[in-house]
Amino acid sequence: MRFDTVLLARDAEGLFWMARYLERVENLARLIDVTQSFESPGYESEAWFGLIRINADEKNFSERGFSPDADHVKRFYLLDRGNPTSVPHNIEDARTNARTLRPLMSTEMWRQINVFHRFISHLTPADLEGDSLSRLCTRLREGVQAHTGITEGTLYRDQGWYFYHMGRVIERADQTTRMLDIKYTTMLPRDGEAKRVAELTQWNAVLRAAAGYHAFKRHARANFRAEDVVEFLLRDPSSPRSVLLCVRRVEAYLDDLRRIYGLSRSHESLEAAEYLREILTEKSISHILATGLHDYLDVVQIHLQILAGAIGRAFFRDWRPEKPGATQTQSQTIHAPGDRTGGRSEALA
Amino acid sequence: MNEIFSSVLPDYDPGRYFCELTRSRTDAGPVPEWLLERLARIGLPALRARADLAETELIDLGITFTVYSDATAIDRILPFDCIPRILTYNEWDLLERACIQRVTALNLFLGDIYGAGNVVKDGIIPAELVYGNANYRPEMKDFPVPHGTYVHVCGIDIIRDEFGDFRVLEDNARTPSGVSYVIENRHLMLRTFPDLMSGIRLRPVDDYGRRLRAAMTDIAPGGLEDPQVVLLSPGIYNSAYFEHVFLAREMGVPLVQGQDLIVENDRVYMRTISGLRPVHTIYRRLNDDFLDPAVFRPESMLGVRGLIGAWKAGNVAIANAVGTGVADDKAVYAYMPRIIKYYLGEEPLIQNVQTNICREAEGLQYTLDNLDKLVTKPVGESGGYGITIGPRATKEELAVARASLLADPDNWISQPLIGLSVAPTLGEDGIGPRHLDLRPFIVTGKDSWVLPGGLTRVAMKRGSLIVNSSQGGGSKDTWVLADRFEEAAP
Repeated sequence: MRFDTVLLARDAEGLFWMARYLERVENLARLIDVTQSFESPGYESEAWFGLIRINADEKNFSERGFSPDADHVKRFYLLDRGNPTSVPHNIEDARTNARTLRPLMSTEMWRQINVFHRFISHLTPADLEGDSLSRLCTRLREGVQAHTGITEGTLYRDQGWYFYHMGRVIERADQTTRMLDIKYTTMLPRDGEAKRVAELTQWNAVLRAAAGYHAFKRHARANFRAEDVVEFLLRDPSSPRSVLLCVRRVEAYLDDLRRIYGLSRSHESLEAAEYLREILTEKSISHILATGLHDYLDVVQIHLQILAGAIGRAFFRDWRPEKPGATQTQSQTIHAPGDRTGGRSEALA
Repeated sequence: MNEIFSSVLPDYDPGRYFCELTRSRTDAGPVPEWLLERLARIGLPALRARADLAETELIDLGITFTVYSDATAIDRILPFDCIPRILTYNEWDLLERACIQRVTALNLFLGDIYGAGNVVKDGIIPAELVYGNANYRPEMKDFPVPHGTYVHVCGIDIIRDEFGDFRVLEDNARTPSGVSYVIENRHLMLRTFPDLMSGIRLRPVDDYGRRLRAAMTDIAPGGLEDPQVVLLSPGIYNSAYFEHVFLAREMGVPLVQGQDLIVENDRVYMRTISGLRPVHTIYRRLNDDFLDPAVFRPESMLGVRGLIGAWKAGNVAIANAVGTGVADDKAVYAYMPRIIKYYLGEEPLIQNVQTNICREAEGLQYTLDNLDKLVTKPVGESGGYGITIGPRATKEELAVARASLLADPDNWISQPLIGLSVAPTLGEDGIGPRHLDLRPFIVTGKDSWVLPGGLTRVAMKRGSLIVNSSQGGGSKDTWVLADRFEEAAP
């Protein structure tokens, strides 16, 4: 017999987004690390600005008063709390969610997020300089990995666990498409052997960023080509960061929720996942490359948003009207400061 | 004892105050000596290092409250002092009985003033103090509550004077907070100072969540065996949010916010991933006026529209009941000894602090004449706000207090300055005496139960009498000795 645990819609959404925010932190660290290895003398600014482009942050970046050079991009993502796509902002959001989710989480999970959050809020410009940057990226990655490990070992596996994991893999799929895209924003030598070597270096770096370097090497032909890497990151059935694997996970989670917990409203989301799976598998990679990888990745990203939206409608927000254009953010209600404390008598009077 | 004491704490001088550790109490047995010996064995540097680690632990665990000043909100820990406060078996026996007596009287009083009103008719308390009280809720009139319990969770602030006598300083019958620190402090002690505690039998504090949930079950409508209990919190911006999380976890019930609840046909539901689920008992940590925008503050986004209607229809229980604020009012407090006697025919087991009521001409005159000797307090405030301590106030502060009193005498009471008891506390300048109080917590469903000990709040600043967390107070683990040590032969 299964315990009939109650999961508030708001908490389901909180879990979904907490996992997304933390996955973003890890992937941002991966992207920054790989960008650093793309940097070639004389082209640093272009390489770093590529990061802005793949995250579609151009407007945000200039509005916050930054200019397109390497230092500014690093600060924008690693120090700028006001930037909603930055590491500090995401960890802040993750911790805020963790706070609301405390009754569902283990003390170990909460403690680690708390400590990790404090580490990130103490970062300074010196942490972004020289060899510090790569070490910082490692620490950020390991911080999230510690979180996932503790979660694996301590989070109670009821419905909440499924929403947490759906958030995680949807975000991961999205981030993998962005890693693939980075290749298209960087400068390369015009042609010849130099170009071939530079490209190879870049693909290797993308594979490393997606933690797929060695697995890919085990499977790929000796003389691998671009489409092999794209195929691996998009469709490999076993790579934990491949888009297809992530989408299949979502399908499996939705199916479990329906089967085990009787959540029959998963219908629309299952259809969205199935459709996305078709987009991922129907065309050959050479066709995708010929018609434009960047545009194709855009389509995949849009359909990941549609999938997340369908999950939200089915489970998080069915009882209130969905806010237009709010697909990629959490629908948290923030109260005015005067209203939010509920009066003063709660202070340890 | 005194030898050990002066060898361990040679510079320690509690002055005229009652010291909770070094004053000899015949029924404390060897425990104070043990504690002092162990503190000496650890030594000041190691004690300090461990205390620092304990505070880091509190930060890591996010055991924090939020302080609001103007527009800023800062997460703070409640400073933790590692030297525990000891209550003997006999002391606790008295405290426990006195707390139950007081809560029983509070509930009878509330049932009466929202019913027949005999206490007013019989001239025990002036009508305007009850019916003219800002916290009197006419909505509660003639609405009986299960088991006659209005105050399901009560915190009673108790101090100890120079003679070692306990006195009630204040009743907290609305949404008292602090109980989470009682339990967390014990856990922290067990982790960081196991050597201080070993071999000393203490009354455990772990049972609070189960008792609270049982009380919430007691009051659920329709005699359900396993009703759905929830804890209603204003959310993460509330200064006591950590405690809301703590209690929801200890009880094993959902922590909900107003937006999670909905009322349909006078029934309360929560919004879950699989639709609406019925809710039967709400332990709310929200003030009355935020509870239901249809009845109280219309702009409140924290409450639930229709909640009071569902309650009055008998479909949901709310704890604490609405309208308990009239009973913990500082002006009504002055009448509590008479109220206890009126309902129970007993003298209060623990007396009030002598209180002058400024709404009465005599009390006002006495207060104005002795402003520099008295503590003046606004009746409607909590958290130590608005208090003037006469003997320590400047001329300017006294003038301000005088003006406030004259402008609105009804809003003020005054009390003599009580020399709160002290206990050895680790400060920056070593171990010194610091003033403290005690807030036991009483849970009442069908019956009342008192959590052994309670929250000991300590003023961390030398000489300060203000123990409130919002004003720099800290806390100590409160030990209730499980053994009844024989009194020493004379």
